Amino acid sequence: MYTDKVMDHFMNPRNVGEIDDADGVGQVGNPVCGDVMAMYIKVKDDIITDAKFKTFGCGAAIATSSITTEMVVGKRVDEALKISNREVAEALDGLPSEKMHCSNLAADALKEAIDDYRSRDADEESE
Amino acid sequence: MRRVYLDHSATTPVHPRVAAVINRYMLADFGNASSIHEFGKTAQQALRWSRERVAELVGASEADEIVFTSGGTESDNLAIKGAAAARKDRGRHIITSAVEHHAVLHTCEALEEDGFQVTKVGVDEYGRVDPEEVSEAIRDDTVLISIMLANNEVGTIQPVTEIAQAAREREILVHTDAVQAVPQMPVDVEDLGVDLLSLSGHKMYGPKGVGALYIRRGTRLLSQEHGGHHEKGRRAGTENIPGIAGLGEAAATTMEELPQREKHLERLQRRLIEGLLQVEGVHLNGHRRERLPNNVSISAAAIEGESILLGLNAEGIAASSGSACTSGALEPSHVLLAMGMSHEMAHGSLRMTLGRDNSQEDIDHVLEILPPIIDRLREMSPFEIQ
Repeated sequence: MYTDKVMDHFMNPRNVGEIDDADGVGQVGNPVCGDVMAMYIKVKDDIITDAKFKTFGCGAAIATSSITTEMVVGKRVDEALKISNREVAEALDGLPSEKMHCSNLAADALKEAIDDYRSRDADEESE
Repeated sequence: MRRVYLDHSATTPVHPRVAAVINRYMLADFGNASSIHEFGKTAQQALRWSRERVAELVGASEADEIVFTSGGTESDNLAIKGAAAARKDRGRHIITSAVEHHAVLHTCEALEEDGFQVTKVGVDEYGRVDPEEVSEAIRDDTVLISIMLANNEVGTIQPVTEIAQAAREREILVHTDAVQAVPQMPVDVEDLGVDLLSLSGHKMYGPKGVGALYIRRGTRLLSQEHGGHHEKGRRAGTENIPGIAGLGEAAATTMEELPQREKHLERLQRRLIEGLLQVEGVHLNGHRRERLPNNVSISAAAIEGESILLGLNAEGIAASSGSACTSGALEPSHVLLAMGMSHEMAHGSLRMTLGRDNSQEDIDHVLEILPPIIDRLREMSPFEIQ
């Protein structure tokens, strides 16, 4: 049911973990539906220099988290914000249709992390 | 790579003896049991022989108390809808439990659309129905009680004998879905005191697409299929002779093998449960003793079931889970939730169901492969083990 690419990211996930001094953290999903993703980003000069994730969920949830961290590193924040859940699924050569909604949340987690980064940044500037 | 199949509650491999019988009734003895010629007669004999074997397996006193169907789902539908339709003038109340298979639950829900009222009794943390609670749910207009003999997800055996006792005093029909129980434990309709009992071929080393319903003599059901006079008017349609002959052979094999099979399964089950409970944050789901000998259901904290299955599958091990991802729904298993489990733990459930073909080496292999998979997924999880 999963593509080889999904299985590769599930079996060998990239960038698992937390970033202790992250510039932005985003968490989406809830345990009731069975998927929770936490995304951590490090930003320097408006460029994402590092991204890590922790995910509770099915194969699709883990694979989308993993590939998203790969997709964003080196991107400018405003570019990273444009990544959609659909693009994440396409980068994995597709997901089963029933997984498109429930387990395809990595781009949402990334947006949350970027929002968090921006709100922190704004706080610093206003100080 | 070593391949280990631990999903026997989903389906079983066909027993070689059964496969040989099916082959014969497909290629050589292919007749229609309604035909007058020799081909027909051979088919009739197979039908009779299989009916006797299935009757024997469940302790029915007459072979004619067995009706062949297309499987467990049809048996459940015929029992519940057939009994409800035949008794609707007496009353329109049915009692069932919250942990039934969907073939029972969704059939009861369909009857609700037709004006029946359904009471679903709950279960305790081990998945057991309280017979007292069933008794208390009985009303003057109760016509049918349907409680499974053993649960397909957690293997918990229900106190059907006690439930049936209270029902019979009030002349209420009792149906039990014994699809999971029949292949793994002695089942006797007289001991149980039930009027209707469903079983399935492919859960007991027989073929898919065939099952049976035991109907106690004198119990009136309204046929759900209209057509010819097959199965004494209880189920129209040309009999699936290869399937039915296969089911008969599967019943005969089960009769012969059951004492040994039970012991073998219990030994493997004990080894697997003991090994798994050594792993941190792993809980056994279901009852410790009142449990099918082939069922091992666990929940692993902080991780999700489908990802465990994928990890196991990559290592050649086949199991199943009650997580939402594998149920095809957004909710995890209704059985685990009815037992009071949190959504998170229900998502982390893993069911391993053993079979006659499993060995101790299989179990040891699983105990070697599974803990590192759990560790790896926990390293990825944002949750802590509580």
